[in-house]
Amino acid sequence: MNNNALKDMLYKMADDALIIGHRNSEWTGIGPMLEEDLAFSSMAQDKIGHAQALYQILHEVLGEPEPDKVAFLREEKLFKCCQLVELPIGEYDFSLVRHFLFDHAEAIRYEMLATSSFQPLAQLAKKIKGEIKYHTMHADTFLKQLAAGNEESHARMQSALNYAMPYALGIFENGGFESELSSQQVFAGEDALKTKWLEKITTVIESAGLQLPKVADDKIAFGGRKGFHSEYLKPLLEEMGEVVRLDPEAEW
Amino acid sequence: MEILLNNNALPKTATVTKSIASDAVWSALENVKDPEIPVLNVIDMGIIYNVEIITAPNNQQTCTVTMTPTFVGCPAIDLIKKSVAEEVSKLGFKQVNVKVDFDNTWTSDRMSADAKIKLEKFGLAPPVVIEGELTEAQLNNVRCPHCHSTDTTLRSAFGSTLCRAIRFCFNCKQGFEQFKPV
Repeated sequence: MNNNALKDMLYKMADDALIIGHRNSEWTGIGPMLEEDLAFSSMAQDKIGHAQALYQILHEVLGEPEPDKVAFLREEKLFKCCQLVELPIGEYDFSLVRHFLFDHAEAIRYEMLATSSFQPLAQLAKKIKGEIKYHTMHADTFLKQLAAGNEESHARMQSALNYAMPYALGIFENGGFESELSSQQVFAGEDALKTKWLEKITTVIESAGLQLPKVADDKIAFGGRKGFHSEYLKPLLEEMGEVVRLDPEAEW
Repeated sequence: MEILLNNNALPKTATVTKSIASDAVWSALENVKDPEIPVLNVIDMGIIYNVEIITAPNNQQTCTVTMTPTFVGCPAIDLIKKSVAEEVSKLGFKQVNVKVDFDNTWTSDRMSADAKIKLEKFGLAPPVVIEGELTEAQLNNVRCPHCHSTDTTLRSAFGSTLCRAIRFCFNCKQGFEQFKPV
């Protein structure tokens, strides 16, 4: 197996988890109610844990630098996260809808990876998919409740969906190694994932009485997987690495 | 390992040190508590997967304990790892290694029956047995640890630690926490 293909895929997944984890953590202390404060904080902890485990595989199996180094000291251009996870938390409606769209993709991705021929990842995926089940369950519950709440909550859910959808489709931007990963049974590919994801979210969105937004191909937020990011990533990375950069060799 | 293969070529040592059996290691591990749930030890939790003891020709022994976290992002894992190493070292090994990996997937079904009784007494509803995929029905059939009524509901799938959910009991009108089935 080509190590660059594995690295590209793992960095993409780890960076998504790290950045959405940090965004989720921004709800700590300001959630609309205590349970939601806890939910976003717990999901943040899960995501950052997933990122760490993926960076650990990159380090131990593929010879990349240590997790803390790649998480906090890499330059923006080397990040492979999709633009959806970079966006600021906005209002609760957007954060909830982003979490719904992102976590359904994660749930299916890890389900697919649980049978990957790349053993270290398959083992981790088996574990992660059980945890993500709670994330999608949480997202579905609140999406349905708010869509059925009142006129304002329904309108907010729909408008957040309309705004987030072009970014969400950017999750599935093809990397440079799709056919290689697929022929080696590492991962069936972003397109296969996208098909399953659309099917899944359509069912939930329709049962919530919302409309699946139509997005023209040229409106999809591509670029993240190749290092082209939204204006929001750089300031976030600067904030995340601010303390570490003061003394990168400090012992904690 | 090479040293072991060449064992016959080495002179026999005159003194025979009593070897430390793996049973002793497993018993020692019972002293290592989960820092987030102090009534349970690491054996109750089912997070220890393997204990391997290698004896060198000079009779010095190395013990390797393999464990896996309950949740990937469990913040207590480093502390547990350290406690395991400290506890096992007391047995007199030359070296103790503690490995953390995901080669064996931890699920809440690995928790012992005894552990579930301890959990309920502690005031934390134990995880239901899931055997495969988790279903909505399994999430709804949870007994209140205070009054034992099953007339309870899920308030939040996320609680004070990654492994806990928040529930409410309609019978005794109290909130309680549950160890999440995963």
